[in-house]
Order: sequence, then C-alpha cells, then structure tokens
Amino acid sequence: MIDGLIDTLLLKPYNTRIVVLGVMMLGAASGLIGSFLLLRKQSLLGDALSHATLPGLGLAFAAMSSLGIDGQYLPGLLLGAATTGVLGILFVLAIGRTTKLKDDAAMGIVLSVFFGIGIVILRLIQNIPGQTSAGLESFIYGKTASMITSDFVLIAITLSFCLFVTFLARKELVLLCFDPSLAATQGWPVLFLDLLLMALVATVTVVGLQAVGLILIIAFLIIPATAARFWTNNLRHLLWLATFIGAVSGWLGASLSAVFANFPAGAVIVIAAASFFLISMLFGKARGVIPRFLRQRDLRRKVGRQHLLRSTYEILEKSQKERPLKNLSISLHLLQQHRFWGKGELAKLIRQARIEDHLERQPSGELRLSESGFGEASRITRNHRLWEMYLIKHADIAPSHVDRDADLVEHLLGAEIVHQLEAELALTQATIESPHDIQAETTPS
Amino acid sequence: MRPEHPPEIPIAIHDLTVAYHRKPVLWDLELNLPEGKLIGIAGPNGAGKSTLLKACLDLIPKTSGEVLIYGKPYHKQRDLIVYVPQRESVDWDFPVSALDVVTMGTYRQVGWFKRIGKRQRITARDALERVGIGHLADRQISQLSGGQQQRVFLARALVQDALIYLMDEPFAAVDAATEHAMIEILQELNTQGKTVVCVHHDLATVSRYFDHLVLLNMRVVASGPTKEIFTRDHLQKTYGGKLNLLDDVAEALKNLGR
Repeated sequence: MIDGLIDTLLLKPYNTRIVVLGVMMLGAASGLIGSFLLLRKQSLLGDALSHATLPGLGLAFAAMSSLGIDGQYLPGLLLGAATTGVLGILFVLAIGRTTKLKDDAAMGIVLSVFFGIGIVILRLIQNIPGQTSAGLESFIYGKTASMITSDFVLIAITLSFCLFVTFLARKELVLLCFDPSLAATQGWPVLFLDLLLMALVATVTVVGLQAVGLILIIAFLIIPATAARFWTNNLRHLLWLATFIGAVSGWLGASLSAVFANFPAGAVIVIAAASFFLISMLFGKARGVIPRFLRQRDLRRKVGRQHLLRSTYEILEKSQKERPLKNLSISLHLLQQHRFWGKGELAKLIRQARIEDHLERQPSGELRLSESGFGEASRITRNHRLWEMYLIKHADIAPSHVDRDADLVEHLLGAEIVHQLEAELALTQATIESPHDIQAETTPS
Repeated sequence: MRPEHPPEIPIAIHDLTVAYHRKPVLWDLELNLPEGKLIGIAGPNGAGKSTLLKACLDLIPKTSGEVLIYGKPYHKQRDLIVYVPQRESVDWDFPVSALDVVTMGTYRQVGWFKRIGKRQRITARDALERVGIGHLADRQISQLSGGQQQRVFLARALVQDALIYLMDEPFAAVDAATEHAMIEILQELNTQGKTVVCVHHDLATVSRYFDHLVLLNMRVVASGPTKEIFTRDHLQKTYGGKLNLLDDVAEALKNLGR
C-alpha cells in the first residue's frame, strides 16, 4: 500500500499519472483564482455557482439524448453546467439589486433551489430510453479516476488561461478587489472586471466538477487562498503561495484517492487541502495562531522586564542624593510598593530577571541589579524619559512618527529621531532626570 | 447650456434627485460650487452628504437631474476630479502596503495591462512624503493607525493630480496632528487654485477650515461664503430639533464672537 502510494506520488504508474497531474493543475488554478475571490469577499458566490451547475448537467444530457448524440458527451455536459452556473450567479446579482435582501440570503436561495431542481432533473432523465444517466451523479461528489487524456488537456488549458489572465490583468483585478469605487471613478469598467473574475471562477468550477465534484469544489477555491493568507501580507506572495498550496493539495489528494480507491476523491482532496489550512492557521508566519501567541508573550515579557528594571532604577534614584548612582540592594517590599503589580506577577518577573542575570538575590534576601542589569536599567529608563520628553515637546508630530508595531516597543523612536531629539534638547549625557515626579503607584496603571 | 450653470463652474448640480428604494435621499438639488474654494458640506446624519458626492461621480444612479463638471458630464471629465472615499469603505486588512495603495492612484494613467514602473513608484513615494508618512511606505496597511490610513488616502488623491478634490469625511476619527497636517495640504491645494470639497461633521471647525459652506438636509438649506451661511438660523433649519447638537452650535457661534 505504502509503496503504491509513493509510486503514485512520483507519477510512476501510467494510468494514475494524468489523474494526479490533472488534479494538481486544477488545484493550482483554483488556488490562484480563489485568492481573488477571497480578496473580493465573494467566496460564497463560488459556492452558489457550483451548485447551480447541476441542473445544467441534467438538461444538457437530456438535450443531447433527444438529439441522438451520446448523452454523456463531456464538452456538452460542461457547457450545460456553465450555462446554469452563470445563470445562478445572475440570479444572485438580480435578487441583490432588486430587493433589499442581503447577498448571503440571495446566495442561499439560489444555491439550494438550483441544486434541488438539479436533483429532480437527474431523477427525471433516468427514464430516457436508450441512454444511461448513471454517471451524472459522480459530478456531485467527483470521480477523479474517470479522468482521461482529453480532460487532462482541458485542465491544462484552463490553468494556462487563468495564469495568463491574472498575469495580464493583476493590477486591474487587485484594484477591483481593494477599492471598486476608485476603480469606477478612474473609469475602469467595474462590471466587466467583476464578470471577468466570475468567468474565471466559473471556468475553474466547471472544469473541476469531474475531479472534485460540485459540492466540494468551493473548498478547493477557498482553502488554498485562506491558508496562504496566514503566511504573508504581500499580495504577490499570496497569489503564488495559494497556487502552490492548491497544487500540492491536489497532488496529495489525488494520489491518496488513487491508492485508496473506495474513498470519494473529492473528499480526500479537500481533506488534504484542509490539513494545509490547519498547519497554516497554527504556524503561519504572518497571522498564524501560534506565532501570534508567541509574539504577544514575548511582548508581555519585554514590557514586564522593562517595568521591573526601570522601577528598580527609580527606587535607587529616590534613595540616593549624589550622582553617579550607586548600585545598592533594595528590598522586595520597596519594589512592591513602587508600582502596581498583578498577583504573582512581580515574583515571576524577578525569577525571569534572575535567569537573564539582570537581578541578583543577596544573602540578606534583598535584591540587587547585576552589572549588566544596572546598565540595562539605566538605558531603559533613559529611553523611557526621552520618549516622555518627545511626547511633551512634539505631541503634534508624534502620531505620524511613532512606530505602532508593538514588537518595537523598545524602539518607539527610530535612531534618527533619538539623535534629533538629543540635539534639540541638548541631552547627550547618559542619564536624564524624569520630566515628572516619580511617585509610588498604588492603583493599577 | 443652462444660463444658471455656466461652464466655468467646477461642479454644477441641476434638479438632482436620488432615491434608494423609493425613499428620497436628495430632493431636487440646485447647486453651484465655486472654483478655487475650500468648500465644506455639513448636515445631520442621513442628510445625503455622502450620497451627493457619489451622485456627482456616477457611483450611484441619479433618479433625475444632472451634474456638470466644468460644463460637461462626469464621464468626460474624469481626469479633472478625484474622490477620497470614507476610510471605512475599504478593507484595511488587505494584503498590500501603503505604497501599493498610493500607486493605485496612477493606474488610470498607466492603462490596461501595463505594469507599474519606477516613475509611478517615485511619484507615490513623494506623495507619502508630502503627507508626512514617507517612512511607512512599505508597511502593510493594517499596521497603520487611523490617521495614517487617512493620510494614505490623501496621498493617493495627490498622485491623481486633479482640479477638483471630493473628500468624504476626511477628518473623521483621525488624531489632531493628522487633521492639522491634512488641512494644511488642502489649503495648499486651494492656493494652487484647486477646488476642494469636504463632507464635514464637526461644526466647531467648519468656520475655521472652509471659506464656502453648503448646509444640506435632503435639500440645500443654504450655500455661500461661510461667513454668511454659518448662522444660528441656518443651522437650526438644517439640524432641526436635534437640541444637543444645537448646544454645540451655540458654542461654535460664541467662539466666532457673534
């Protein structure tokens, strides 16, 4: 079994090769087009479209049968599917424009009604004499294994078409997705661009019906794009990554379903894509859950550490008249009074500071800054006071020059501004007196 | 050409009615906006201020009437006019940088299927410098503050370089420093002879910022030089029974010393 899977993944067996490659390319195309759909915030429109293809399949079958052609002739079926799929979209738009119904309600109505009609038509055409409609159900859940060379070619053409159009009109499509009102005032044909995007979605959907099925094709459109979004804030990277994730999901899913033939292919492919989504959601560099958690924890620690060191430094300042400041021991009690600390927070911060070798516990039980801790504390205090002076002097320009990235909390002011400020305030000495009185805080700050 | 709307008027509105689902939002508007002025449009919520801008730009269908930009319909004069929508009108979580957004202002000039070149990027960077956030050019837009986002929008308008600027609540929910920086740029545009039209909600600053005022509440209550229009009588007509607002107005009028 495992050998079989590896062979399939490596495209060794001839009969599964075109299937695996075909689904891979389909995944790439849906990942790419799905990204635009996601950015246009119309992911569910793709779902309405795919469900609305079912009556078209049945009607095309009936029409071709009555004309004496093979009812299963694929291009004919796909043409029928595309026709009612697009019709479904037009219904959604028409409902949205003529009534006060919201888009989601309109999509729900179109999706379910078209699908229902499709099921009824499929039942009716079972009774056409001399033709078998048995294969049509496979469009609902997908039947990857039935893919033949001509299907493969069709998918290859679709992918090339999608790549070509998005390469050519990326700028236009991005503008449409980000700010349609700007596009309209600049004279871009917004409706045409929207239709172009919908046409791309319809093409991918209809071509993917056979491989993934009409219920699950939407997953192929949405999941690679949303997974990619966790990794990057850069649009170009997003497009490439979504294309790549779609391709790899297709590759894995099709290989698995080729080896474990009794599972429906569409479902296996979607599960493969979903595992990418899960990994991305957890570990994605830009917006993943775990990196975000780690960043927040680091920030909490950083801020806590700064508070602790600055408090220690301020206590030393208060207790001594002469400068330079001597690094003396202070009692835990003083620290506790100096600032409001959460329950157990101070103990935790002290433990952390001792691990980082910033703080030492004296035999008497008192605390004392280490040599490196003392330097760090004076640096942090100095930065903090510079920041306060900056706000006092330049509150008017502050909002545009202050870094909002919380990660950079230590560098609120860039090096350049610090120099400017030092020059302006004539503050080049190593320590700065606080611009306000430092009082022990007894209330939460 | 109608005699009451001569072609040297930047925005001439004739008999404009806009209705959403049979509910009129603007009713039979008749308005000439003068050239080279800083023009404020004020009125209560739901008075149709944003709708008026959108109707001028063909962004929503007009039920009746016409809008002429220097004597011609908007679709022939696109290059003369720039629109800055409300900040909330776009998704600031979108995966683009501040520079990307400003560059979008040049798309029309770049044209179909062509790539953005070095020249457009330099123009966009200059505009970001001009609004004071050149150092944030490569920052993803969700990591900008509200004021910085509004500055990005202003920079995008600047690269479009037009004669008329239509801005929808540019000062809504921005910090004082941004408001100050933006009004300075608008005044600069004004001294270059450009016409700037802002939907504005803060009556306390209306008389300081704008030299021409339109008071709107479904119809034009009053329009003219701010000095003549910004009176208790006109404001009462515009804002009606909204008494808490009237207190603000009283305060604002007192500051004017009248």
